[in-house]
Amino acid sequence: MTKWLEGPALDDDVVISTRVRVARNIDKYRFPSRMTVVESDQLTEDVLRGMRDALNDNYRFIRLRDISPREQAAYIEQHLISPHMVRRKDISSFLVRDDEKATIMINEEDHLRIQTLFPGFNLKDAWELCSEIDDKLAEHLNFAFDESWGYLTACPTNVGTGLRASVMLHLPCITMSKTMNSLIEGLREIGLTVRGLYGEGSEAYGNLYQISNQVTLGESEGDIIGKLNKVVYQIIKRERNTREYLKNNMGLELENKIYRSLGILSYARIMTSKEAMRHLSNIRLGWEMGYLRSENIRNIFKLMIRIQPANIQEEFEKDMSDEERDIARAKIIRDYMKELEG
Amino acid sequence: MLCESCGKNEAYIHYTKIVNGKHSEVHLCEECALKHYDLDTSFNVNNLFTGLIDGFKDKTESVDLKCELCGLSYSDFRKIGKFGCSKCYETFKPKLEPLIKGLHGHNIHRGKIPINSSSRIYLKREEDKLERELVEAVKKEEYERAALIRDQLKQLRAALEGYGE
Repeated sequence: MTKWLEGPALDDDVVISTRVRVARNIDKYRFPSRMTVVESDQLTEDVLRGMRDALNDNYRFIRLRDISPREQAAYIEQHLISPHMVRRKDISSFLVRDDEKATIMINEEDHLRIQTLFPGFNLKDAWELCSEIDDKLAEHLNFAFDESWGYLTACPTNVGTGLRASVMLHLPCITMSKTMNSLIEGLREIGLTVRGLYGEGSEAYGNLYQISNQVTLGESEGDIIGKLNKVVYQIIKRERNTREYLKNNMGLELENKIYRSLGILSYARIMTSKEAMRHLSNIRLGWEMGYLRSENIRNIFKLMIRIQPANIQEEFEKDMSDEERDIARAKIIRDYMKELEG
Repeated sequence: MLCESCGKNEAYIHYTKIVNGKHSEVHLCEECALKHYDLDTSFNVNNLFTGLIDGFKDKTESVDLKCELCGLSYSDFRKIGKFGCSKCYETFKPKLEPLIKGLHGHNIHRGKIPINSSSRIYLKREEDKLERELVEAVKKEEYERAALIRDQLKQLRAALEGYGE
């Protein structure tokens, strides 16, 4: 699970992960929202044939209609597929590479969404891999493309490059200093958007924020990635400076907050995911600032995914009520905390 | 939860209606929600740009355009803000220009093109790129590089002529 989070991670004192996706459609086919199952089977067959010829890496193929709603939700929580995928379970499917760093979603809002995921701050590798898969598929599939409007997509907000690059940041100190709102406004002015952990409309809990480009037409992929790269570096710097400032001016209060969270996580018997995310964010900050040293805290994002509702139920292999989940969650976290040293 | 109108699809639109002080809850799938236009949905991105489409109402057009491949009409598009197929772009083209400019601030794609797309588009794009590089090289007085670029351009234009340019 969440294999994609493994491997070297740059700037991971602030950045959790980097994601890039492009939207592509195949000429002559209706978009998924207006497509019949027969058409979809044909298109899926075309894509799979193209994939076999184009890609050497090992991919697993999964149809949404073949897996349980719980499993579907677990994949969404792991960020391997988007929440949109469940809208047309009858026609959507996906391919995931063995290391989970690349997924190709078939019949999401568009025929294809090619997504790459990397731990830490790594827009360059994420874009290069995504673009490489895109090129390989383009040799075998006829993408819908217009000379002036670029890649044609179901939603006009994606037309052009079809590119959405996003970086997930852990910003506890900017949040604490109450300057997050002004940052969000500033980003919006330069064409970037801020969302919570699970995309559009989701709450920014755990002090986690996803920053991504909004405009997809008129700027090249290199320009879009370059701009996001520069802006994220500024935010990383600002978060680090704020941490330094808080450490120097209210170090004891911070330490208190971090260790209280550690205590609660180590001993609580019932915990909602919202509460867990808050405390896990605090101890992750403890690691980021050097108060806590365990590698396990560094990898806490994996645990954050593991304790989401569907993933807990997958781990216990049964459907559970909210209360049962809160008890199971507290147990998973307690066991995890026992492993910490330092 | 299933849509209470068709009972088939998952309900994605949930809202509370208050009529004469009486509250009632409504749960609909996207398709059925569109049929109930009295729906005053809460704020979402769709509304934002379908709002943008309404902002560019046509003065002359009274006939509703319809896409021949997927059957989506322009008035449907105005309601849902999503296209039914790639041909819709061609069908609704004159009406879309202001919308797309409004959304992105631009009208022309400057990014990648599919590797197997008609070579003419590819060569045109390369030509634009080389022309920009040439101007840049001359400005920086890098004449050797400029000469190289000029040679490349010459070849490219010869190839383009082959496509009837």
